Amino acid sequence: MKVDDGRKLVVNEGKTGADVLVETLVNAGVDTIFGYPGGAVLPIYDALYRSDASFEHILSRHEQGSIHAAEGYARVTGKAGVVIGTSGPGATNLITGIADAMMDSLPLVVITGQVASRVIGTDAFQETDVMGLTTPITKYNYQVKELNELPRVMNEAFHIATSGRPGPVVVDVPKNISEEIQVGELETDFYLPGYQPTTRPNPLQIVKLSEALERAEKPMILAGAGVVFAEAAEELKLFAEKYDIPVANTLLGLGSFPGTHPLSLGMAGMHGAYAANMAVYESDLLINIGARFDDRLTGNLEHFAPQARVAHIDIDPAEIGKNVETEIPVVADAKMALQALLERSIDRPDHDKWLQQLIENKEKYPYWYEKPASLLSPQWVIEQVHTLSGGDAIVTTDVGQHQMWAAQYYTFDKPNRWVTSGGLGTMGFGFPSAIGAQLGAPDDLVVAIVGDGGFQMTSHELSVIKQWNLPVKIVIVNNEALGMVRQWQQSFYDERYSESLFSSNPDFVKLAESYGVRGYRVSDEDSFISTIKEAFAFEGPALIDCRVVQKECVYPMIAPGKGIHQMVGVSK
Amino acid sequence: MKRIIIATVQNRSGVLNRITGMLSKRQFNIESISVGASETEGISKMTFVVHVDDQQKLEQLTKQLNKQIDVLKVSDITDKAMVARELALIKVNGSGQHRAEIQGIITPFRATIIDVSKDSLTVQVTGSPDKVEAMIELLRPYGIKELSKTGVTAFLRGQQPQQVTKLNTFSV
Repeated sequence: MKVDDGRKLVVNEGKTGADVLVETLVNAGVDTIFGYPGGAVLPIYDALYRSDASFEHILSRHEQGSIHAAEGYARVTGKAGVVIGTSGPGATNLITGIADAMMDSLPLVVITGQVASRVIGTDAFQETDVMGLTTPITKYNYQVKELNELPRVMNEAFHIATSGRPGPVVVDVPKNISEEIQVGELETDFYLPGYQPTTRPNPLQIVKLSEALERAEKPMILAGAGVVFAEAAEELKLFAEKYDIPVANTLLGLGSFPGTHPLSLGMAGMHGAYAANMAVYESDLLINIGARFDDRLTGNLEHFAPQARVAHIDIDPAEIGKNVETEIPVVADAKMALQALLERSIDRPDHDKWLQQLIENKEKYPYWYEKPASLLSPQWVIEQVHTLSGGDAIVTTDVGQHQMWAAQYYTFDKPNRWVTSGGLGTMGFGFPSAIGAQLGAPDDLVVAIVGDGGFQMTSHELSVIKQWNLPVKIVIVNNEALGMVRQWQQSFYDERYSESLFSSNPDFVKLAESYGVRGYRVSDEDSFISTIKEAFAFEGPALIDCRVVQKECVYPMIAPGKGIHQMVGVSK
Repeated sequence: MKRIIIATVQNRSGVLNRITGMLSKRQFNIESISVGASETEGISKMTFVVHVDDQQKLEQLTKQLNKQIDVLKVSDITDKAMVARELALIKVNGSGQHRAEIQGIITPFRATIIDVSKDSLTVQVTGSPDKVEAMIELLRPYGIKELSKTGVTAFLRGQQPQQVTKLNTFSV
């Protein structure tokens, strides 16, 4: 404040903490923010309102919508998704998405409002312990203690979220700090002496891996999301082709290697392809690149790759040897490790017999399904979505049967086209993440393949696609059930369908229309094809309620506790 | 097996919570943790005594600690030449003739009586965990009313012999 002509007090309208925060977002190159206002972030929203920054703020209809959208955005663009939520319930509503991003290593910077510093710890209105709540589910978190450290904190947050193994970072900003007028010097340089991810591989380990490959008779690659994050799909293809090594993908690694490539074995794991799982079981050298040997991939660890020497390339050293004993650990960025491997020249091992065997498995035991007498086959629906989108759509899903069918039947040839909740397995993820994906890739066709259960968890985000006229296409694989729960009850609980069948679903077409979104309902193949064509050609958002047969199961399947070779439902 | 692990950490708010949260989430069995200032301002030292089943679990523990953003350095010093000490305060029943007896018991341990009341004595002892434990066992027959330990704090000896054998005073 300053005193004007000796009488009147004039407020010096300097920069507030919120203005400083918005500046840091501009400096970080943010173009889209996902958020929801509330009491503790009023100063931040005021700063956004006054700012002439060019980024868009996307108002969700529930904080969970904001954060899943940010995840979709991050997944597709590789940039950090930025979220703003208020204190208390705003922050707690973000929890699911933060945990989801942590499990699937998605870079997020989540800004939560907090009550004023002086009342923290007094159970003030809309106070919650954001630091305590988010510590186990973030890569790192901050509570801002004084205004001048805010730029440093934000710089660190973006750096931590996007470097190394990406992950969510929470920045908790007390209201008094965003309101305060900034004086003095701002800290901007970040200081993280304990955080220096190793990106270059140890040359000795690369030699070891090359030697192992030279001797291997049954080598294979398991490619995970680390390849996608490292933008190493091209290097992976070159490496696989150079030595004719077959490649299986994890669920999250789909697209890191072209699904239509002759060396592709498809997805491995619980509902993976027979050829991929048997390759893991029989291989004598398993090269894991950027996957974390999740239990849904490995099945019973006793039977996992029993004959293989295991090499594991991962940027996170803690993943190496966590679940599967590893002989050749390579701590590195997948791209750098693959480049180092490509620089070496080894004799191509003779494994033609192995390749032949895998190709036979692929031909002999493809995914299969039978068409029902009435209603649609869910697998057929996904196949058609693949065909009619030219195999080049960005596909998002929830978790469950539709997710597995999408993974099986939507063959991805490119990375960053597949947005799914893998680790946490979050219902309600698919639709909002499609919103973020569409904003991150405005010129691409984005298809949200969701179940009727999951869609109802976040269907309120229909407001958002209407408001921004985002041409997201929602394909509801509607079996009037929680399909995967129902399948497990059928297989393991003597068909006691406890709370898994929906006797009352909304009219999804009317629901869409009430939001001003085009809705269609289809239950036969001819109308499905014409409707999808029409919806894909339409420039705005559309919802297609696809009535599929209820009692369909996802096969093949490794039952819980079984080994990766003990699949059921491999063929009719 | 029991291991002693020391970590150097940046003293940022929430660091202890983050580390203990990780340990409990990943089901590591911790016997003690001690935390305090180090020779450098802003840097703290943590000493963990842990029980781990095997080498794999031990490796996971050090990797998970190293992964924490605030952790600067992690070392498993169990097999190195090191000093490990803890402090215990023991309130033991004691009046009349027992007082002299207790005094006699604790003297060889270089422990001291730091508080006396009508019917109890408080003994302070510092040393390696097995020494502290040995003294506690000797005092137990008199009736221990209260016991509080700081947990082990440890670091490497100034000089490391070429070959480390069983010279550790701390049996683990």
